[in-house]
Amino acid sequence: MEFVQNFPFITIILALFSGPLCSILKRRAAKWVNTVMICLVLGMSVATLLFTLQTGEAYVYQMGHFSAPWGNEIRVGVLEAFMAVFFSVIMLLCMLGGRRELAEEVEETKQNLYYVMVGLLLSSLLALIYTNDLFTAYVFVEINTISACGLIMIRQNGRAVEAATRYMIMSLLGSGLFLMGICYLYDLTGHLLMSNIKEQVALLAASGEYHIPLLISITLMSVGLAIKSALFPFHSWVPDAYGYSTLSSAAILSSLVSKGYIFLVVKIFYRVIGFDVIRESKVINVLFVFGVLGMIFGSINAIRENNIRRMIAWSSVAQIGYIYMGFGLGTTAGITASLFHILSHASTKSLLFVSASGLTDVSHDDTDFFELTGAGYRNRIAGVAFTVGSLSMVGIPLFSGFISKVLFASAAYDTSGKVIPAMIALALSTLLNAIYFMKTVIRIYTPPYRANLTTDTRVIAMSEQPQTAVVLMLFIALNLILGLGSQPIVNMLTQGLGMFG
Amino acid sequence: MNFANLLDNYEEAVAMVLFVVGFSNLLLQPNLIKKIIGMNIMDTAVYLFLALKGYIEGHKAPIVVDGVQSVDAYVNPIPSGLVLTGIVVSVSVSALMLSLTIRLYRRYHTLNLDEISTRLKKEDL
Repeated sequence: MEFVQNFPFITIILALFSGPLCSILKRRAAKWVNTVMICLVLGMSVATLLFTLQTGEAYVYQMGHFSAPWGNEIRVGVLEAFMAVFFSVIMLLCMLGGRRELAEEVEETKQNLYYVMVGLLLSSLLALIYTNDLFTAYVFVEINTISACGLIMIRQNGRAVEAATRYMIMSLLGSGLFLMGICYLYDLTGHLLMSNIKEQVALLAASGEYHIPLLISITLMSVGLAIKSALFPFHSWVPDAYGYSTLSSAAILSSLVSKGYIFLVVKIFYRVIGFDVIRESKVINVLFVFGVLGMIFGSINAIRENNIRRMIAWSSVAQIGYIYMGFGLGTTAGITASLFHILSHASTKSLLFVSASGLTDVSHDDTDFFELTGAGYRNRIAGVAFTVGSLSMVGIPLFSGFISKVLFASAAYDTSGKVIPAMIALALSTLLNAIYFMKTVIRIYTPPYRANLTTDTRVIAMSEQPQTAVVLMLFIALNLILGLGSQPIVNMLTQGLGMFG
Repeated sequence: MNFANLLDNYEEAVAMVLFVVGFSNLLLQPNLIKKIIGMNIMDTAVYLFLALKGYIEGHKAPIVVDGVQSVDAYVNPIPSGLVLTGIVVSVSVSALMLSLTIRLYRRYHTLNLDEISTRLKKEDL
């Protein structure tokens, strides 16, 4: 065994233990420990990705001394390693981009706790990506929920605490259902390791025995994770949780936390149940319907919203709808499109959150729509970044959003019954996206004197906040990379999905 | 429908009923404390279900005494392990929920989540 193969395990442990370390250090030191930890995780994940690309096959890493049917293990392939790289890049950029807001909005004594939560969150995300054991996945889902709740409530006003409570309640409903689904599946198959469950499920499906319990188990797990990742009818906590938490939290929650659960859904589809059984079970049709509804209703609510942070949050609901619609198509191309949309949405949504905060800074710190008039002139880099994010979300060529829309459309074209609803939903939701994002872009580039506003607002030059400017530029670059160099990435996703099952 | 099967597995049926009771309490009760109680009932129902799945009639706890190592002597230990892990998770989640409840109660002097929401909208932070 080569040394690189230890890296996935080391990244999980490193992120996990950086948390407690941060809690006893001084504030500046904790900040640095956190940044260095994320960089190290990123570096090791890149090494893992290169290793798996080189060998071209997934490998199993045994945890502890017991081998396959009894012990616990993690399994690493191209897709997992790529997701780990991507998640740590986004995490790093979100933390750097939100650092100033964190210092302003959070009490000084509580800031160390924030780094504890971020360490736990990253560790649980990595564990969700790599684990090959269903019950371990459940435990890390809960760790993820608890640390995400900490991220929301760190800003201690009433709104944030209420949002955190609502988030916890919905999440607990979701994890209750997910746990019940796992118990059913364990009862049916007698295994907890994903690959072993898949063998048994294939036997069950072939013999036709226990058809209904299997269906119930699949439904419980899918619905549980759908609740946790805020699919359309279960999205009620999203606008408050993203709208009133501190900037890094909003960016991390929308671009990483929900994506971790979605990645687990892909894992359950491919590695636990097997994609053929999932397709037979018709659960994906339900996901398709809710995904399409989410795409439309999320956008309609975003149009009606007057608070820019909450508008971006509603847009997240719509984008999660896209991802589940891709699952609902029931083809590998659909899943690939969804996976690409995970990347595209994660990079764009955190860009939008960071740049929107830059815009509100120069508008009396007011998130109200009217106050933003002309903000694009007062903080130029944030204005440009917001425009790039908007264009990407609408799906203009050059940017990442366009590629994911093309992938969704071509995946839908290959299905038999779903091509017309999928195309209509894509077209309609693109139109609605364009309405609210272009409305905002026009608003921030309307000269203030036309709207009869006083011009006593502050102006932020790029040199004043070099760190935010650099972060925004990196986000824009990431978006362009995903938009212009999409083919190698899509190839990597397809290759990874091939060795995923 | 075959009701004989339902009677045979009445323990599992009870676990399911408890699960639904807990789930709907967590979802529908406006009172935060009742929500937390609902959550605990829901989790406990899952543990009951798991424990039932591991139990084999007439077998003992899997601790080797007098050198008996036969599989027929013991119950399945894995569900018990899972229940223990699950209990740890639900204890920490309950603690977190209770601490959030205390925060909200100190600020708004009510446990009703809907009322807190209406008051927050009036405050308009």
